[in-house]
Amino acid sequence: MEAKVSRRSRGIRRKADYIPPSRYTLRAAAAQGDIFTRLSFLILGLGNMARKQIVKGLIFLAVEIAYIVYMVLAGGPALNMLMLLGWRTQTRQKIDGYWHYDAGDNSVLLMVAGISAVFLTIIFIIFWSYAVRSAYKAQVLEQEEGRAPHFAQDVRMLTNDNAQVALMALPVAGILAFTVLPTVIMMCIAFTNYDSDHVLLFDWVGFQNFGQLFADTGAVTANQFVSVLIWTLVWAFFATFLNFFFGMFIAMVINRRTTRLKNFWRAVFSLSIAVPQFVSLLVINQMLQPDGAVNRLLESWGWISGPLPFFTDATWARVTVIIVNLWVGIPFTIMQITGILQNLPAEQYEAARLDGANWWQTFTQITMPYLIFVLTPYLITTFTGNVNNFNVIYLLSGGNPTPVGDTAGQTDLLITWLYKFTVDRGDYNLGAVIGIFTFITLAIVSLITYRNSASYKDEGGFR
Amino acid sequence: MSNNQTTTAEAMQAMEIAEGGHIPFWHNQRARRILGDVLSYVLLGVLAIIWIIPIVWVFLESFNKNTGPYNETFFPTEYTFDNYVKLFTDTHILNFPSMFMRTLVISIIVCIISTFFVLCVAFCMSRLRFRFRKSFMNIVLVLGMFPGIMSVVVIYFILKSLGLTQGIGVTIALILVYSAGAGAGFYVMKGYMDTIPLSLDEAAYLDGCTRWQVFTKIIIPICKPMLVFQALTSFLGPWLDFVMARAIARTQDNYTVALGLYQMLTREYLNDWFARFAAAAVIISIPIAVLFIVMQRFYQESMSGAVKG
Repeated sequence: MEAKVSRRSRGIRRKADYIPPSRYTLRAAAAQGDIFTRLSFLILGLGNMARKQIVKGLIFLAVEIAYIVYMVLAGGPALNMLMLLGWRTQTRQKIDGYWHYDAGDNSVLLMVAGISAVFLTIIFIIFWSYAVRSAYKAQVLEQEEGRAPHFAQDVRMLTNDNAQVALMALPVAGILAFTVLPTVIMMCIAFTNYDSDHVLLFDWVGFQNFGQLFADTGAVTANQFVSVLIWTLVWAFFATFLNFFFGMFIAMVINRRTTRLKNFWRAVFSLSIAVPQFVSLLVINQMLQPDGAVNRLLESWGWISGPLPFFTDATWARVTVIIVNLWVGIPFTIMQITGILQNLPAEQYEAARLDGANWWQTFTQITMPYLIFVLTPYLITTFTGNVNNFNVIYLLSGGNPTPVGDTAGQTDLLITWLYKFTVDRGDYNLGAVIGIFTFITLAIVSLITYRNSASYKDEGGFR
Repeated sequence: MSNNQTTTAEAMQAMEIAEGGHIPFWHNQRARRILGDVLSYVLLGVLAIIWIIPIVWVFLESFNKNTGPYNETFFPTEYTFDNYVKLFTDTHILNFPSMFMRTLVISIIVCIISTFFVLCVAFCMSRLRFRFRKSFMNIVLVLGMFPGIMSVVVIYFILKSLGLTQGIGVTIALILVYSAGAGAGFYVMKGYMDTIPLSLDEAAYLDGCTRWQVFTKIIIPICKPMLVFQALTSFLGPWLDFVMARAIARTQDNYTVALGLYQMLTREYLNDWFARFAAAAVIISIPIAVLFIVMQRFYQESMSGAVKG
């Protein structure tokens, strides 16, 4: 209470959901803990057992023992190998007329094991700090209230005051294991020479791969990187804004007062959402082939003499992917914008009509500002989504046309180029470098805009 | 209401004309409205044809007697039901029924797990206040900016060191991969929960509810429209994903539907399998279309806010 008053008198304003720091800190435990609490720094759970929290203490101790056993048996060697990444090549020897293979070291698997050990160590350190603070908390509570809470009380806390721990544990574990861990490993691969020449054994090489981006020769050259980056941004810009404007236009035409069969038109356009995207993209790819249905149709009408170069000419291919993306994307925009158009503040239109505003004035002065205000976050996410739009490019054009000797095609985005490096060519290190640069591009674009968007600043604004 | 307004305006103009005033075409509301109607119907008609044609083409192609992709005419000339029959009976090259069942099992389990994860995380982010909250939201935001494709290969190696890259392990691996990261997709659900008034929770706490009870008895029922939306989206995930499945399921006996369809379009298969590809596409599109129609209803409901009035 006193702390609150003094803080207020000093004139520091806190946000509504401000949570004061805990008083059970490691420092306090070291300074004010008794012998059992201090011993808990080494032997987890001792302090809890001394305050009759036997089960809790035993769990802490068991986790510590499990961690030590893991480190001695697997974690320690894995950390050691993370430095070296293995050296034993695959060998074979003939024993009794049979070849016996010794698999040798696999650097990727060693890396996975090593970085997992690092992860487990970090998690253990967090757990250790929690356990020590818990011991100190038990000590303080026993001094103040006579006894520390039972194990049963602790468990009950999990459904109430500590509900976030119970609810978040599994989702966070999943994110750590299958999102954070792979991302960290891939970033580490950017600093190795894991490419098609070093499939099983590779080494740390520092920033050498990043230097490739500024080199004049090799699989990645500065020119190529810049041209793919520019095309990625151009593509994302057109894909986002053309979709937005055409989608808005069609949505408004359907939404006109006098247009009949509104639901029928909407259903027609949303039919293409119901077909799985990869199916429709593969079908369109087949239709646009030199021998495909579209060229056949145009030839039989006598409009063209030879097949149109949909995916063989760079400019044609670029325009084609943008237009096909309109086919894929506009129905989503129509759906989104229709919902918003139906929620437009009607009284503003009424007022504008009374003031004698014409259609164009109402559109530019009321509809557009409102749409832009509501849809800015959506436009940002669509833009980042388009930078990472793997499906449309890979399934439609496959990045083609590809100039002879180049690793990137004329319609390749950073993301499909990355995929080609990793999955098709096996140059994982270069793929990782490109991935990091894609991340930097996206981070710059979206951090600026996200932080300025209303929904981030004011999350409870509509409560 | 709005139609009445038009008609009053038109009626007033008609009166003016009757009184002998001449109104130029661009000020004649009735003529302008009719012109606008005609133009918009023409536009919508043309666009509708563009949007429908590829879908109709696939549908007709699935009944095509010629199994290859390239025909003399745009639409097939001879029709047969064989492609569908063969798709389900001729299983020695590509076993479509087993792929279908595998994808179905995977998607049901993924749907349950990931909807639960999303609900849990969204509830914590929206309704509870704790120290790690804001930083968790920022971390997830930053993680989302890493291109997902980058980690596909590494995920394969992680699964390999867990021993999940052979036999039944592949199915488990796919379930793990599709559902494990689901917690990071909490933003939409959190936004929905943010519109539920906090006073509901407070009243429940005053009545002695625990947070778990508020979660299961108050928040989840209110979130039902969004819950259905979320469940359907995560159910569709395994049907539509292609990249992750391709990296993890490397032999044909572990393929999901998406991989099987892609396989049918590779060079060796294309000429014999294109019509069956179209048939398979139709078969998996029908349930998705039905789900989508259901989803659209809930989508519109959930866009209009959680608590009405």
